[in-house]
Amino acid sequence: MRIDCDIHPFVPNTRALFPHLPPHWRDTSEIRGIDDLHSVNYPDASPLTVRAEWRPAAGRPATTAALVGAQALDAFGSDIGILNCLYGVQTLYSDDLAAAYASALNDWVRAEFLDRDPRFRASIVVSLENIGMAVAEIERCAADPRFVQVLLLAGTSHPIGKRLYWPLFEAAVNHRLPVALHAGSELRNAPTALGWPSYYLEDYVANAQTFQYQLTSLFTEGVFNRFPELKVVMLESGWTWLPPLLWRIAKYWGGLRMEIPWADRSPAEIVRDQVRFSLTPTDGPADPDRLRRVLDHIGSDEVLLFSTDYPHAQFAGAEVFPAGIDEALRDRIAAANPLATYPRLAESLGGTA
Amino acid sequence: MQRPADIVDCDIHPAVRSMADLEPWLERRWIEHYKTYGALRQTHYVSGAPYHKSQPNASRRDAYPPEGGPQGSSPAFLSSHHLDANGITVGVLNPLVQSQGVRNLGHSAALCRAINHWQAEIWVAREPRLRASIVVPYEDPDVSADEIRHWAGDRRFVQVLLLSRSSSLPGNKRYWPIYQAAAEAGLPVGIHAFGNSGWPVSNVGWPSFYLEEMVGHAQTSQSGLVSLVLEGVFERWPTLKVVLVESGFTWAPSLLWRLDKAFDTLRSEVPHLKLRPSEYIRRNVWWTSQPMDEPENRRFLADMFDWLGWDRLLFSSDYPHWDFDDPTRVIMFPASEEQRQAFFAGNARAVYAL
Repeated sequence: MRIDCDIHPFVPNTRALFPHLPPHWRDTSEIRGIDDLHSVNYPDASPLTVRAEWRPAAGRPATTAALVGAQALDAFGSDIGILNCLYGVQTLYSDDLAAAYASALNDWVRAEFLDRDPRFRASIVVSLENIGMAVAEIERCAADPRFVQVLLLAGTSHPIGKRLYWPLFEAAVNHRLPVALHAGSELRNAPTALGWPSYYLEDYVANAQTFQYQLTSLFTEGVFNRFPELKVVMLESGWTWLPPLLWRIAKYWGGLRMEIPWADRSPAEIVRDQVRFSLTPTDGPADPDRLRRVLDHIGSDEVLLFSTDYPHAQFAGAEVFPAGIDEALRDRIAAANPLATYPRLAESLGGTA
Repeated sequence: MQRPADIVDCDIHPAVRSMADLEPWLERRWIEHYKTYGALRQTHYVSGAPYHKSQPNASRRDAYPPEGGPQGSSPAFLSSHHLDANGITVGVLNPLVQSQGVRNLGHSAALCRAINHWQAEIWVAREPRLRASIVVPYEDPDVSADEIRHWAGDRRFVQVLLLSRSSSLPGNKRYWPIYQAAAEAGLPVGIHAFGNSGWPVSNVGWPSFYLEEMVGHAQTSQSGLVSLVLEGVFERWPTLKVVLVESGFTWAPSLLWRLDKAFDTLRSEVPHLKLRPSEYIRRNVWWTSQPMDEPENRRFLADMFDWLGWDRLLFSSDYPHWDFDDPTRVIMFPASEEQRQAFFAGNARAVYAL
């Protein structure tokens, strides 16, 4: 069993979503020329956005179930794929427009992918512009067991642990949905804490810093204490930065416990219990022995989830695992860990989480 | 651990008793200006920190001078309480006195000049173990370059001091006059954590806690380092030395892996770079050690030293701040005599030409 936890179907343009938009928003889109929501998080032509052999002669890659099934599942021997749409609906400013597009995107992925290939599962995309509406969208989509998690962009307006967002975690836990943060930003804040960089390369590298701030926020604000059943999944986050971040949080926690008296477990324990990371990209050393040391530093074989990050260009060839991850761990990462993370997926496969 | 014979402390913070200490080197207009308007920065309180520290002045409660005044404000007490007691042979001063990042650039420049005189006359002139840093009003890079040139011949000043939370990313072209002047003078540029950039302290907005601000310096410093490399600062000034002070360093190996990997894919965007990012960093960048991370298994730290290189790390205590590192308790894992000597003194003596 191999479960790919991070696959990206691409929306061709907003017109593809029109069948799933209420007439008012369809008309609005026509009249106002809302042709596309092409996010700067992943510019189409960037070499990182699409691996060369998956780039079509014209238009976007990964737009149909047949194509994604063949290129992302068959080619890597995966049995199940979790679809994470990154179309830029989260950056719309109007509560209503953003909610309408998020719903349309979820209905599009259901109609175009979930209904066409039983190997697919999907994440519920929500806009955080209005938390009540985000919760309503989770409730609406959760009725369909093929939606297995809630998907946010890692770069939020406010640190994700703040209480403002807790209704979202509560709804997710109620429906046994992990909450995923994926690389990318709503861009309510600049891509770095020192403003807007000159290069896309800086934006992309800065995603790892975003995840570090967010993991710190989730820890300090006590989200995992309030929601002990919650799983948070970091997607396309990289994961080799994790041990040093945990050491640093633990060090300052030691000196600043009075700020967060609710913290009852070390950050490392919390991560082992409640936080998961997609495998790709492995931002690792060239030397496999060093990667083994990084895994020792992490100290758990439960935190990594298999992913290709299709169609993003993160590795060459058909081998997704980097050297340094042994066979037994590969098996865990490919099946046991995803099944333990996604209870709704495990149940649909006849197992128990 | 036995105390090494030679210890260079690369991060000591001298404090003013009050801003009146700087008046001997300030024009009347700036003295009056400060009394009326303060030194306004890109933050909300006139004085004090946006995130309340863990202790008064973020400093050790045992570091108050017997004659009064805040911690770190007495040269005599700093000498006995820190340099003598901890066996520091050379100490580099990094004043974090309100000056850098002050919005009124004229005021910022005047304060920086005064602080440099204050370091020279109150601190290093009286204590031969101390060295000073050239504090520059970095949001006015041309004036900063003038400040560097003003002090460049004075060997008691061993580096140019910037703060990590600048208004723009530090590799941005607008700061290049600073690097030009530092490279000409052969002075390292120290970039110390903190400052008030005007941006939230994280790229996901303002966090709730001081703990997050402190942890977040590591992330902000990562973005700053990436900017210096990708903007081509080290391509343009191949001999420029940058020392990241109090930024943490254990984040560096994984950042270098990530940066190289993304660079390999996206290098067409940055054709001005001739080397991979990690190659510039291994040539041009050093880190001070405090705050030393404390993994449960201290041997994990040895991996970080090995991967970054024992020649890249400089001991620092951060005296008198509360998260001070004691030199006898900082390397809590097996290390060779040669490695210890490099870390505690050799690397700093080379970087700062001591």
